[in-house]
Amino acid sequence: MDEILEILTKDARMTAEDVAKLTGKSVGAVKKAIQQYEKNGVIVQYKTVINHDLMRDTNSFVRALIEVNITPQKNVGFDSIAERIYGFPEVKSCYLVSGTYDLLVVVEGENIQMVANFIASKLAPMENVRGTTTHFLLKKYKEDGHILKKSNHRKTLNISY
Amino acid sequence: MEIAKRVQQLAPSGIRAFFDLVLNMKDVISLGVGEPDFVTPWHIREKAIYTLEKGYTSYTSNKGMPELRKHVVHFLKNRHGLSYHYDEEILITVGVSEGLDLAVRAIVNPGDQILIPEPSYVSYGPVVDLAGGKPVFLKTTIENRFKLTSEQIDQACKRGSRKIKGLLINYPANPTGASYTKAELKELARVIKKHNLIVISDEIYDELTFDFDHTPFATIEGMKKQVIYLNGFSKAYAMTGFRIGWACGPREVIAAMTKIHQYTMLCASITAQMAAEEALKSGFRDTQEMKREYARRRRYIVDALNEIGLTCHKPEGAFYVFPSIESTGQKALDFAKNLLQKKKVALVPGVAFGSSCEGYVRISYASSYDNLKEAMARIKNYLGK
Repeated sequence: MDEILEILTKDARMTAEDVAKLTGKSVGAVKKAIQQYEKNGVIVQYKTVINHDLMRDTNSFVRALIEVNITPQKNVGFDSIAERIYGFPEVKSCYLVSGTYDLLVVVEGENIQMVANFIASKLAPMENVRGTTTHFLLKKYKEDGHILKKSNHRKTLNISY
Repeated sequence: MEIAKRVQQLAPSGIRAFFDLVLNMKDVISLGVGEPDFVTPWHIREKAIYTLEKGYTSYTSNKGMPELRKHVVHFLKNRHGLSYHYDEEILITVGVSEGLDLAVRAIVNPGDQILIPEPSYVSYGPVVDLAGGKPVFLKTTIENRFKLTSEQIDQACKRGSRKIKGLLINYPANPTGASYTKAELKELARVIKKHNLIVISDEIYDELTFDFDHTPFATIEGMKKQVIYLNGFSKAYAMTGFRIGWACGPREVIAAMTKIHQYTMLCASITAQMAAEEALKSGFRDTQEMKREYARRRRYIVDALNEIGLTCHKPEGAFYVFPSIESTGQKALDFAKNLLQKKKVALVPGVAFGSSCEGYVRISYASSYDNLKEAMARIKNYLGK
């Protein structure tokens, strides 16, 4: 992976100036490369990873993984039905997978009813959807490479030879 | 209780007090750490846990487990084309620190002189002293990027009234980060062979060499029979706390070192040995990833220091820079103390690494970019810039 992307993947807050200092490239060159990545869609978005379990506000947060079996359509295969599904804002991720089902859909909502309602009224009755199996997420341990448990970071001595 | 003279004479000095001050201080940004800021990769820690669960808690062979010795030998062959016999030419040690002590004790007779480039790692002088030898420090300078020259060795050997027994060298070096190319090592080897010196080569930072490929001293033509090659897992695999390393060399010296080791240490911890085996089996990727991260920080810190007027050469390896603080007009220890007390940034005064190192400080960049940035801002502020 390009070093600029490697740095931004770890910390998207890094400014072009920071990246330039770390890579030895000029600020202009870094800015240009980032703009190019943004333009051609390599960089999709800059986001913050939040551990919702630690948030104390009242709006709880429910996430479900849904296995979806679908009947592929002539000429367009799975794409057109996938498109109908991932168009819903409740759908956070949507993957075509190999194995016993076809689409893995990640749905988010404020509570169980909202998610259940989405599945029952929108997803399951859809034409070409042959069946769904829903797994509600009980606990998140690790997401996108981040371990969510607040770690007691290991103690190194302040000074050593 | 009366303490042995030899021990009493080991230098504690003002540095010790400074270290205590730093160790007890809270909320310090520390650039004084001589170990990776990465935690040991999970697959290695997981292996260690597994071996404990399985009940591997016994002694091992004095020399170290044969499987681990075979893995090290195999690794050296693949990585550097270096051949050692797993049963006669390698000893598993409790870190390079133990290997160093064993090597020195195995070759030094009372009064024998050992050449040590200065700045040097803190234990080199004392280890030679404790073995009854006499360390002879050869001062390296920033003008020569803190590298020892063949003339220095040649002159020291001609000057010495007693025969000089060997050279104790560390590259990439703690504290300067200096390292040697193959051509430079060949030139050193020329005079080393001329004076028939034993080389104790501490290459613990070898995987952190940035500008060229690391060359083990033992691979230089004609040197293998004169080199005791020390290395380990602490820096490359971030395994400092496991205390595990190895020594390779001609069978007679490994046999001698093993003799001391079996009476004083018995063997390295079995947990560490098994974790080390895992590191060699599938840890190479981790080492390369950490190296890339260090390389980026090196680039940042060298530029940042030079920008604020602390002249700093770009070291070839390890995770240290050794800037001059001459422009501040302060003594290294005062600079370090003031910086700690006023700005809560810790670093190591150069004098810890030899009396000739006044005017320098060691900065470790084994710390996150955010920390480095904050520390640099504080140092800049301290300097009134």
